[in-house]
Amino acid sequence: MTSMERVLTTLSHREPDRVPLFLLLSLHGARELGLTIEEYFAKAEHVVQGQLRMLKRYGHDCIYAFFHASLEAEAWGGSTIFREDGPPNAGPPPLKADTIASLTPPRIADVPGLTRVLEAQRALRQAVGDSVPIIGVVMSPFSLPVMQLGFDHYLDLIFDRPDLMHRLMEINGAFCAAWGNAQLAAGAHAICYFDPLASAKMIDPTLYRRFGRPVAQKAIAAMAGPTATHLASGPCLQVVDDLVDTGTKMVGVGGEEDLAAVKAACRGRLAVLGNLNGVQMRSWDEAATVAAVQGAIDAGASGGGFVLSDQHGEIPWQVPETTLGLIGQAVREYGRYPLAGGRG
Amino acid sequence: MVTSCYSGNAADYREGSPVLLLESALVGMDRLAIQRIHADSGLSPLNFCEQVIAPALTVIGEKWDRGDLSLSHVYMSGRLCEEFMEEVLGGRSGSVQERRRVALAVLEDYHLLGKRLVGFVLKGAGIPYLDYGTVDVQELVRRVQRDGVRVLLISALMLPSALKVREVREALDRLGITCSIVVGGAPFRLDPALHREVGADLSCDTASQVLPALAQLREGES
Repeated sequence: MTSMERVLTTLSHREPDRVPLFLLLSLHGARELGLTIEEYFAKAEHVVQGQLRMLKRYGHDCIYAFFHASLEAEAWGGSTIFREDGPPNAGPPPLKADTIASLTPPRIADVPGLTRVLEAQRALRQAVGDSVPIIGVVMSPFSLPVMQLGFDHYLDLIFDRPDLMHRLMEINGAFCAAWGNAQLAAGAHAICYFDPLASAKMIDPTLYRRFGRPVAQKAIAAMAGPTATHLASGPCLQVVDDLVDTGTKMVGVGGEEDLAAVKAACRGRLAVLGNLNGVQMRSWDEAATVAAVQGAIDAGASGGGFVLSDQHGEIPWQVPETTLGLIGQAVREYGRYPLAGGRG
Repeated sequence: MVTSCYSGNAADYREGSPVLLLESALVGMDRLAIQRIHADSGLSPLNFCEQVIAPALTVIGEKWDRGDLSLSHVYMSGRLCEEFMEEVLGGRSGSVQERRRVALAVLEDYHLLGKRLVGFVLKGAGIPYLDYGTVDVQELVRRVQRDGVRVLLISALMLPSALKVREVREALDRLGITCSIVVGGAPFRLDPALHREVGADLSCDTASQVLPALAQLREGES
C-alpha cells in the first residue's frame, strides 16, 4: 500500500496493511539541512527539502506542511520570536477587545509567511503527487484568539463581551476557511484544524458549544477537503459527540486520557490520532520507545481508524533522530494488521 | 498566606463549609454570593482569604487537575477572588506571615495565563509578591539578586522555556544566591521528572498548588 492508501483505509475505519504513522516533524528538517530554525522557515524550498528528506529517512506516512502557528498571528499584526531549540513563538498579542468591532480578516496574499507556506505545499505536491498525504494546518477560529488577544483577555472577552466574541468568531471563521482552502488549492490533501480550546480541560464545554462548535461547523463545511481536529495534548472524551457534529474526520488526542476509552468513544465515527508523549520522548531509550509504540497500538489500533502519532501535533526539537527511527521501526514490526493475538 | 489552619489538602474541608459554598459560588460566577458567604462567615477579610478563599481555589484547582472543571472555571474563579480582595482590602497586602520575598516570572514567553492564575492564587491568599512579567534568564537572575528573592515562581508554557530553568538554577548557584525555584506549566505536567532535570525544587500541576509548595519550602527552612 502507498501511504495514501494506508491512511484512506484507516480513515474509513478499516484495517490497512499496517498502522499508519504520522511523525509531525515541523522543526527537525532544520537540523537535517544544517540550518537554524529561523533560516529554515525563511525559505519554502528549505521546508520542502526538509520534509522530503525526513519522509525518506523515517518512512512514515505523511508530509507535515506546517511551518509555525505564529504565522497566523503575523497575519493579524503580530510577530514571531525565533528560538534555537524550539518552535517559533508568537510575540505580544496584536489585538485589543475594542478593535474587534472594526476588524476585517487579513488577505492571505498580503502575508509573506502564509504565501511561503503555500509555495512549499505546491512544491511538495509536485514531488509526491497523491502517494503521501500532505497535511496543512489552520488554527481554529475559537483557539486563534489566544494569540490574537492573549489567553486571559480572551477569557475576559467570552465572559464580559459575548457580543464581541460572536463577532470575532465570525471574522476568524471567514479567515480560517479561506486559509484552509488556499492550502488545499496549493497542494495539501487535508487540513489539521488545531483547536486546543475545544478540550474540556481548557474551556467549559457549554462555552465551546456556544461559540467554538458553531464556528467549527461553519468553517469545516466551507473547506473543500477533509479535516482532522487536533486538541494539542488536551483530553477529548467530554466533547467527542460535539466534534463529530462539526464534520471533522479525525481527532488528535492527548495522553491524559485512556487511549482505549477514546478509541471506543470514537469507533466508526472519528479516526483517532495519537498519543505518544513528545516531552518524555526526549529521554526514551530503545525499550521505552518500543513499549510506548506497542502500548498505543494495543490500545487504539484494532479495526483501523487509528494513526500513531505524538500527542501534541509537533515533536519537540530535543527528540533525537535515533528515537524517531526506532518509532518507525517499531510500528512497522508491531503494527502489522491483523494484529497478533487479538490485540487492541 | 498559607496559614496554620490551612492544610493544603482540600479534602479536609467538610461539605456545607464556607469553603465549598464559595467554590460553588465561584464556579457559578455568583459575585453576590461571594459577598454573602463572606458576611455570613463572620471572618475579617484577611481571615476569610486565608481560611476560605485559598482552600476554595485549591478545591477548584484539584477539580481541574482531575478533569472535572475547565481552565476557564479556574480563571474566572481567580479573577472573582482578585476582584473581591481588591474591593475589601483596597489593594493592600493581606499577609503578615510571609516574610520571604516571593517573585513570579514567565521565561521568554508573552502568553501569560499561567502567571496570572498563580497571581490570583497568591493575591487571594494575601501573599505579597514581585511580578517580573516576561523576562530572559539574565534579567531574571539580575532581579532575583537585586531584590533578595528567596522563592522564585516560574511559569513555562513551552518546552524550551522550561529547559531554560536549568540556566537560571546554574546562574543562581554560581552567584551563591540561596533561592528556591518552584515551576509550573504544561511541559512540567507532561513530564513529571522534568522539574528535577532542570534543578527546580518543586513543581506544581495547578496554580493553587503554589500554596502548599510555599508551605513546604517554609517548613524546610525552619
